[in-house]
Amino acid sequence: MAHQSPLIATDVEAYLAEHEHKDLLRVLTCGSVDDGKSTLIGRLLHDTNLIYEDQLAALTADSVTSGTTGDRPDLALLMDGLKAEREQGITIDVAYRYFSTSRRTFVLADAPGHEQYTRNMVTGASTCQLAVILVDASRGVLDQTRRHSTIASLLGIRHVVVAVNKMDLVDYSRERFEQIRDEYLRFAEDLEIGEPYLLPISALEGDNVVTSSAVMDWFDGPPLLTHLETVDAGVDASATGLRFPVQLVRRPDRRFRGFAGTVASGTVAVGDRVVALPSGVATTVARIVTADGDLHAAHAGEAVTLTLDDEVDVSRGDLLVAADDRPHRAHDLDAVVVWMSSQPAEPGRQLLLQSVNGLSNASLRTIRHRVDVTTLAPVPAASLSLNDIARCTITAERELLFDAYRDNPVTGSFILVDRLTNVTVGAGMVVGPASRWDEEPSGAMQHHPSEVTADERRARLGQRPATILLTGMTGAGKSTLALALERRLFDLGRTLLRLDGEELRLGLSRDLGFSLEERSESLRRAAEIARLANQQGLIVVVAVQAPQGEVRERIRELVGTDRFVEVHLDAADEVRRARDPNGLYRAADRGELADIPGVTVTYEVPVNADLRLDTGAATVAACVDAIVALLGERGVLGDG
Amino acid sequence: MTARDSHLHRLEAESIHIMREVVAQCARPVMLYSIGKDSSVMLHLARKAFAPGPLPFPLLHIDTTWKFREMIAFRDRTAEELGVELLVHTNQDGLAAGINPFDHGSRNYTDVMKTQALRQALDRGRFDAAFGGARRDEERSRAKERIFSFRDRHHRWDPKNQRPELWSLYNARVHPGESMRVFPLSNWTELDVWLYVWREEIPIVPLYHAAPRPVVDRDGVLVMVDDDRFRFAPGEEAEERWVRFRTLGCYPLSGAVESRATTLPEIIQEMLLATRSEREGRVIDHDQSGSMEEKKREGYF
Repeated sequence: MAHQSPLIATDVEAYLAEHEHKDLLRVLTCGSVDDGKSTLIGRLLHDTNLIYEDQLAALTADSVTSGTTGDRPDLALLMDGLKAEREQGITIDVAYRYFSTSRRTFVLADAPGHEQYTRNMVTGASTCQLAVILVDASRGVLDQTRRHSTIASLLGIRHVVVAVNKMDLVDYSRERFEQIRDEYLRFAEDLEIGEPYLLPISALEGDNVVTSSAVMDWFDGPPLLTHLETVDAGVDASATGLRFPVQLVRRPDRRFRGFAGTVASGTVAVGDRVVALPSGVATTVARIVTADGDLHAAHAGEAVTLTLDDEVDVSRGDLLVAADDRPHRAHDLDAVVVWMSSQPAEPGRQLLLQSVNGLSNASLRTIRHRVDVTTLAPVPAASLSLNDIARCTITAERELLFDAYRDNPVTGSFILVDRLTNVTVGAGMVVGPASRWDEEPSGAMQHHPSEVTADERRARLGQRPATILLTGMTGAGKSTLALALERRLFDLGRTLLRLDGEELRLGLSRDLGFSLEERSESLRRAAEIARLANQQGLIVVVAVQAPQGEVRERIRELVGTDRFVEVHLDAADEVRRARDPNGLYRAADRGELADIPGVTVTYEVPVNADLRLDTGAATVAACVDAIVALLGERGVLGDG
Repeated sequence: MTARDSHLHRLEAESIHIMREVVAQCARPVMLYSIGKDSSVMLHLARKAFAPGPLPFPLLHIDTTWKFREMIAFRDRTAEELGVELLVHTNQDGLAAGINPFDHGSRNYTDVMKTQALRQALDRGRFDAAFGGARRDEERSRAKERIFSFRDRHHRWDPKNQRPELWSLYNARVHPGESMRVFPLSNWTELDVWLYVWREEIPIVPLYHAAPRPVVDRDGVLVMVDDDRFRFAPGEEAEERWVRFRTLGCYPLSGAVESRATTLPEIIQEMLLATRSEREGRVIDHDQSGSMEEKKREGYF
């Protein structure tokens, strides 16, 4: 349906040219029948002349049998979809409506307000840019209002309109409106919904819906429709650079190999350097193919086919991304999950996870807590029930590529599918990679404190326990220095434990790979051992790359700041490359390995290191001297 | 605002994404081709989605044998010119039993020659996904249907038990025998479709354009006399009037509107100035309130 523009009758081609260039706003309407939501939508369509005569006639007939407005057509009946619902008088699912004005075209996703239908609202919200939340002026801000606002916030809707309806029932009281407005704004402070627009309306009488209210002349904001027509709700709200999830590989003949997909964020242009993930191979965009001819560039939301300069192994679910702005990659996701099945889920539940990466076997590993959608407060939960929203850890069998949902809703969202019935049972929004550092031990385990005290150990060993972390890129000299340090400390009569990253990988961590996520886990294990050894009074020397500052901080927290000594080993690039102890630089140059800190992924240079040593400039002995001197100052060597 | 922000550009990209997703996830997709303007747009979008290659699925037309002759000619010409594989299926049992729209009522006739015929064709082809050109703005029950709409082994739709559909993550997984109906034009309106036909110069059946045609006037419904199988009521005879069709189907069940609109802008102008909704011309929708929903539950598109 379209609005009644005078141009239609006088110059239809001009009208079409104008209409063709209107943009599209997807709006979620939430509220219950009691709030007059259906009446509001009916009013919008009616007052913009969007209801056909036959629909109005059917409506008038229906209003006699099931309407609630006496002799006036019940506009709410327009919005009810399915027969069963019409009989029940409630909307039970998301319904979509379409209309346009002279400025914009609109898709309305009409989500029901009943408590048990959170899943429908989440479904509707997932594709919308703006939410209209209805409040009944006679009842004020209810739990339902808070619930709708919270869900809008969780789903990343940054444009919210709060329509305080039924102002006719409260004598169009300015005081009442302002009371509701202030209460709502106080509540909304904790949400991420931008600056909500609150306005007083009467859907029944038409005040402030399409035209400004004559009765409420004390309100000078634009009416609802004008606001919807003019609000700037950009399409690509993501904070990430290029993300191009490959949907389909097209090879119609031997000469053409194209990667079809929709640009999820950013821009891709011919000649751009991009990186294919998970392989990590860099290449250049050769062509951007469409049926209407090649493009120079494609932007978020556009469906195109890319060809690449090199024969890169790329398949469905892979991502082409900006070389300098990469997504997370991990098996474990920290996510907000909405459970949509009447069959509850407990930790350990096996599922399929579907995202822009395609499908992966996955399991619900832990439920950290449920979120009370009225107050946002965390609530302990042992299982997920229908309509629950919970912070969970999901473990995927495949390594996934993703962004935080708040940075990119396309690469940050997923659905959960039941393996047996194929039904979609949940939806998730990624917070970030889940860290095993945060995991709670299972069951009723407890510590068994030693009867030997720390003082007794110190007296026996003549030293204070400490953990010395030697961190640096490959070829920085960590293993060499660790061996020399061990020798020197041993010769000084100290009791110690040396942990080498490579040796850990031969045993304790041989199940782990080299992604940042797995490096983090290997370091967690090393840190746990260091903590235990420190408790037994030992000095521990840990030689590991530890490329992430965040993980090094975790180690510091685990072993205790007073026992932690961070030593950053540095050396010039050519020195490290010349050493290349495991041939990693050469392998990376051949494009064989992914995830080498300082080469293909970032090595975050420590900013708070206790000591920084240039192993290219200083001798091994000089480096050991420096560390021993520092340990002496700290009292580790027994003199303090 | 730039051209790429225009709603038509967005709708096009969404439809292309949907079609590619079906081809990526489903083993044997097929595109239901009804020969109408929505099918023409859907076919055009499909060619865009898979360019520069050919369509990775066939078209399927359910031929009731009562379509307008111009539709069948257009269908065969389109398939040949575009080089697409076209499957045509007719319910042979219904044909043998002489089921026709005159003697058996629109409801029975539609059930046998359309709904059952479609089920037969989908079963025989072992198709696990079928594209349809339905739009959510057409009819009230469609406003709530998913873009990927699950059908059980008996091709039934259960409106109370639909899969949640979030973001652009479509779950097309089915067990053998079950299938998906997929509606890439779900979010298009009638105006969008017309505008796109005009902008992209997509061929449509000439019956959409006004021309002098032989019709009979039955209580205000203008039915075209398309061939000599037409049953005249006593005293009835064809008269030539300037008419066109807003929707196309089986000729005895399609009501024409009087019009002089011969160009697309004129047709769109009439549509926009019309005071009656599009599906009103379809006889089957009038049987009873909510009838489309019941047909859909049974497997009608």
